[in-house]
Order: sequence, then C-alpha cells, then structure tokens
Amino acid sequence: MINLAAIVLMLLGLYALLTTKHIIKMVVGLNVFEVGLNLFVITIGFNKDGIAPILTGSNSIKDFVDPLPQAIVLTAIVIGFGITAVALMVARKIHEQYGTYDINEIGGK
Amino acid sequence: MKKVLALLLLATLAFMTITLVVDNNLLPDFGETKVENSVSDTYIKQNAMGENQDIKFGETKNLEIGSANAITGIVAGYRSFDTLGEVTVLFISALGVSLMIGTTDSWMKRSQSGFILRVGSKAILPILMIVGVYIITHGHLSPGGGFQGGAMIASAMLLLSLSDHEFMPKIKAFKMLEGLSGTIYILIGLVGMILMGHFLQNIDQTGTIGELFSAGLIPVVYLFIGLKVGSELTGIISDFMKKEANI
Repeated sequence: MINLAAIVLMLLGLYALLTTKHIIKMVVGLNVFEVGLNLFVITIGFNKDGIAPILTGSNSIKDFVDPLPQAIVLTAIVIGFGITAVALMVARKIHEQYGTYDINEIGGK
Repeated sequence: MKKVLALLLLATLAFMTITLVVDNNLLPDFGETKVENSVSDTYIKQNAMGENQDIKFGETKNLEIGSANAITGIVAGYRSFDTLGEVTVLFISALGVSLMIGTTDSWMKRSQSGFILRVGSKAILPILMIVGVYIITHGHLSPGGGFQGGAMIASAMLLLSLSDHEFMPKIKAFKMLEGLSGTIYILIGLVGMILMGHFLQNIDQTGTIGELFSAGLIPVVYLFIGLKVGSELTGIISDFMKKEANI
C-alpha cells in the first residue's frame, strides 16, 4: 500500500504549499509534493517478484519490473531540480528587494 | 479560514485520487503489474522494429538498442528525443537563474574555510570525479547515466568552490562546455537523420549486449549529456554564489 502513502505525501506537500506564508517553506512543500508524485509513479510499475530492470549474467528479462515509469521519473526529477533552482532564485530576489521571506509583508509596497 | 478551505480542497482531492487508485481497472493493483502486453514489453525485449531475438547477457549481438540497462535503453534510446527536450528544460532553468542574477562579477564574501574542509576536499575530489565519470560511461550497463554522473561532477565542483574561494571566479570554461556538448548532441541526431533517415538513429551495429563498447549511440549521447548536466549545475551553483548587481 505504498501507493496510498505516496498520495498522502503528495497531499501533505500541497497542504504546505497552500497554507504557509514563508517562501522557502513553499519551495519545500513543492519538493515534498514532487517526491510523493515520483514515488506514486514508480509504484505503478512495481511487481512483487520483480527485480531491477538491468540485465546481468545471472538474471533474465522475464523477471523485470516495468522500466517505463522509472524512466519517466528520471525526467521528472531533473525538471523538478530546474523548478527548485528557479524558485530559490526568485525567493532570493524577493528577499533582496523587500528584506523578508513572508508574503504578507511584501504586499502593498 | 484559509486552512479550512485548504483542508476541504485536499479532502476532495484525496477522495478522488484514492477512489481512482483503489477500485477501478485503469491502474494495476499494487505489486500486481504485468509487463506483458504493455508497451514496456517491447522496450525490454527490444523488438519495437519487429525483430524478435532471445536476449542473453554477453552473447546476443546487434540488438535494436543493445543496452543492458532497460531504463537507459528507454531514456537515451527509444525516448532520446524526449531527453533532448529534458536537457533543454534544464538549460532554460539555468538561463533563468543566470538572467535573474544579472551580469555581475562581484562575489559574496565568505569567511576563510576551515583546515579540515580544505585538506579533506583535496582527498575526496579525485574519487568523486572518477566515480562520476565511471557512472556516466557505464550508464548502459549498470545503474546510473549522464544525469546522475553529471550531478556527481557538479557536486565535486561545489566541494572545490566551498574549500577554495578563488575557484569559481577563475573558471570560465563551463559555459562554453555546456553549449558545445548540447550542440554535439543535436549534431549526432542530425547525422543519424541524414545517414539513416531518423533523428538520433543508430548509425552502426549495436554490438554485444553487456560490453562496454556496445549499445550504439547511447554511451556517446550519455557522455555529452553528462558533460552538459555537470557544467549546467556548476553554472547554477556559481550563479547562486554571486552578489546581485546594483541597478
């Protein structure tokens, strides 16, 4: 039931994103959301008796788990890194301009 | 009030997602996934072009992709065009970070780094670089690949810049390396298109599965992806170490 746990993790990240006022904490919430999503996509390809989809001298291709979700998650991780980098830079620019990370204190200036 | 609304939204979302996952036939039950009859089956058996062949490690020759690691076979083989887009996304985010900091040559002042960091980084750095290059070049045989090895090389650069404050301002070659390796990736694809008819198609036979020099274009493409990702991540790190230009 790891897939349901991954959904809970996703919702936890979304809750942090919706309720917090601190920009860095929002970025952390975005990352938690992304980790939950990646975990959920990986569980779609999971097989109880499966092994990692890498052929060596001592296994055969019949036992492999589904490699496609893992390949897609590899793409998603890299894109998540790009989003985090840009978001942290935006947070830094906001802090340089307003001297605060709180979104309530920014408004009205 | 806002928290109540957020909780209500999340409860609706949780209800919808969990019903979608638990009782319907769209997604397989947890741990019951069958690879047969799905598109991944052709990726594992490497018969997307119709040639069926038994795959034995170290014996089978001239498969379609020829990569022992099925994930690398998908990422840099069957879906290599998708990976080109992914590298472009990473490039755009590096460009965004670079544009937001502006063209400045002033760097943040930091206190002198400690003795253990300075000496320890010199001991760890060669090992990090060698493992990074190993992960890149063995991407089609073992877990790893261009993105993972590139991140490792960038972490070696981060360690070096933490111990030596003069390092990042001195190094200018990473921007050039990034553009060069991205261009070579596209050129490899265009060569495949001109000679064989499809973008990023293998030009030569793919060799014996499980050998280091096998899998056609995958090690070449992954080498340039590794260089590009490593230099891009180093560029992002050095942008974060700069001070903002006074406007």
